[in-house]
Amino acid sequence: MNAFVAILRRDLLLAMRRKSEMLTALFFFMIVVSLFPLGIGPETALLRRIAPGVLWVAALLAAMLSLNRLFAADHQDGTLEQMALSPTPLTLLVGGKVLAHWLTAGLPLVLLAPVLGLQFDLSSRALGILMLSLLLGTPLLSLIGAIGAALTLGVRGGGVLLSLLVLPLYIPALIFGAGAVEADMAGLGAGGHLSLLGALLALAAFFAPWAATAALRITLE
Amino acid sequence: MLQAHGLACVRGDRRLFSGVDLAVAPGQWLQVEGANGAGKTSLLRILAGLSPAAEGHIEWEGRPVAEVRDDFHARLLYLGHAPAIKDDLSALENLQTAAAVGGRPLDEATALAALRRIGLKGREDLPSRVLSQGQKRRVALARLLCGQARLWILDEPFVALDVGAVDMLCGILDEHIGRGGMLIFTSHQAVQLQGNGARLELTR
Amino acid sequence: MSQPLINWFKFASPASFYPLAGKLWPWFAALAAALTAAGLWISFFVAPTDFQQGEGYRIIFIHVPASWMSMFIYCVMAFWSAIGIGFNTRLSGMMSAALAPTGALFAFLSLWTGALWGKPMWGAWWVWDARLTSELILLFLYLGYIALTAAIDDPRRADKAGAIVSLVGVVNVPIIYFSVKWWNTLHQGASVSMTKAPTMAATMLWGMLLMALAFWMYSIAVALYRVRSIILERERHATWVAELPEMQR
Repeated sequence: MNAFVAILRRDLLLAMRRKSEMLTALFFFMIVVSLFPLGIGPETALLRRIAPGVLWVAALLAAMLSLNRLFAADHQDGTLEQMALSPTPLTLLVGGKVLAHWLTAGLPLVLLAPVLGLQFDLSSRALGILMLSLLLGTPLLSLIGAIGAALTLGVRGGGVLLSLLVLPLYIPALIFGAGAVEADMAGLGAGGHLSLLGALLALAAFFAPWAATAALRITLE
Repeated sequence: MLQAHGLACVRGDRRLFSGVDLAVAPGQWLQVEGANGAGKTSLLRILAGLSPAAEGHIEWEGRPVAEVRDDFHARLLYLGHAPAIKDDLSALENLQTAAAVGGRPLDEATALAALRRIGLKGREDLPSRVLSQGQKRRVALARLLCGQARLWILDEPFVALDVGAVDMLCGILDEHIGRGGMLIFTSHQAVQLQGNGARLELTR
Repeated sequence: MSQPLINWFKFASPASFYPLAGKLWPWFAALAAALTAAGLWISFFVAPTDFQQGEGYRIIFIHVPASWMSMFIYCVMAFWSAIGIGFNTRLSGMMSAALAPTGALFAFLSLWTGALWGKPMWGAWWVWDARLTSELILLFLYLGYIALTAAIDDPRRADKAGAIVSLVGVVNVPIIYFSVKWWNTLHQGASVSMTKAPTMAATMLWGMLLMALAFWMYSIAVALYRVRSIILERERHATWVAELPEMQR
């Protein structure tokens, strides 16, 4: 457990020393979201309707943007080998790294989303549901993404390949996440969507670090 | 004691080596030699348990490594080609986080003492990106002074070191062997270590 | 472990599987041809014209079996992947690699015929129907597998990475299908389903089953043929390959 905390602290420290990378993904999120009204037109009713989908798709892309970095630096400088040789199970260390990724790449999106939601004239209730769905959904993105990042480590054209592998797997998160807000806006209640999102998160938290670890071991061979 | 029998390594279509036997007992060192591409690094990675051998098996204290993996890794210190140094962390932070991630937290006094001994006095708190290649190597080598690992597997530890540092590292290795430690390393340089040693030439 | 009746692991070695596959694939190919002929005959000449959908409905004789096969092949790939990870057999990775293009082909065929069917029925080439959407995502999963294994140079590493992808994928396929269905009902999209044709005559069912069997046999034949090529390519330096009669020429 100490090693888990150690790697979490190290990754957070590294992210703090390289704030620009974190901020780039956030700006990307903001710009993508802001492009939609410009492309579609400023009609408020329409914007309100597409807002959950737009925000979720943008969050998906922004979270994916930072996935490349998840293991790449550790792979390059040899830290990954040291992690694999640690007496602590590699799965636990991978879990620590994924948590750090979520704290630096996912959580900022959750906090920024309501501000961007205002651009789309979402009600405060819808904004709350949006934040809640992102809060449950973004860790899911980090977990699934870790598998893709581990698989494409050191592979030619890894970045594009990563999106091809990971985006189809993100679809359930997108459907339930954006669906939660839409269902609530339609007066159907977001409870079902959110609990399914939570169930998916629990499932991924259990399996994804394991799968990512297996992929990392293949890369290290 | 580390023993290996009939190790073979295949990379893609090519068979790098096969039928490699070796044994390293406490107080012994083994220098692995061979031309570029002979598979020195691959052999060390196989011995460390990072990659599986195509053939053969490895024993630690008389038992297959696969069975005693955690115990083996708790007693192993492996330094590869890449120094595992983060550019954004200082030498001290690098040393401490590496130890903590390895499951052996390190107090600051020990880490500072190690860095000073390895010749980085006054540079402990500089971000590693301003250090030279040789100084980064020294940060990595400082790990040798911090742990209680019995078996050291070092891939080209003398690379990028100046003459003084080579002597110092030889001293550190001698000490380790004198304490009853085990050492396996590769080097293109002719190194004179004390104690009971052997050389292994990798040929096709 | 007790001694099994047949030593299955004997055929796990590429050297012994290569001649076996060589003997088997023509039989499966012949079966596929015969079943296709029978299936097409039933589909075009025996099955009655649908009173609602006219002659256009006959495309389901290709569409539905193709969809079945695309899903089934993905499960078979996952099965071989699990075997490959569990027993570390080389052949299973090759089997997955041999099946993937066929699976992708069927997924594509299913989408293509779905579009052809949709134009006269729904008046649009593409409708965001739950089944079609899931099929599209399945095609993406196949393409991801193929792209990843193609991008890794070392075939052993490619096999293992591909095994993880297909296992992660097979866990996700039901989740994706369920989520897409859920999404579909929320948005109240097209409710007409192709397989729930109001009058499913027995002959129609037979036609579909025969076509499904034909596709099945075709997949086995093609996978065996392809796995032979993969074996030859990977083992080209092995002595048993050099001793093959076809290499003596």
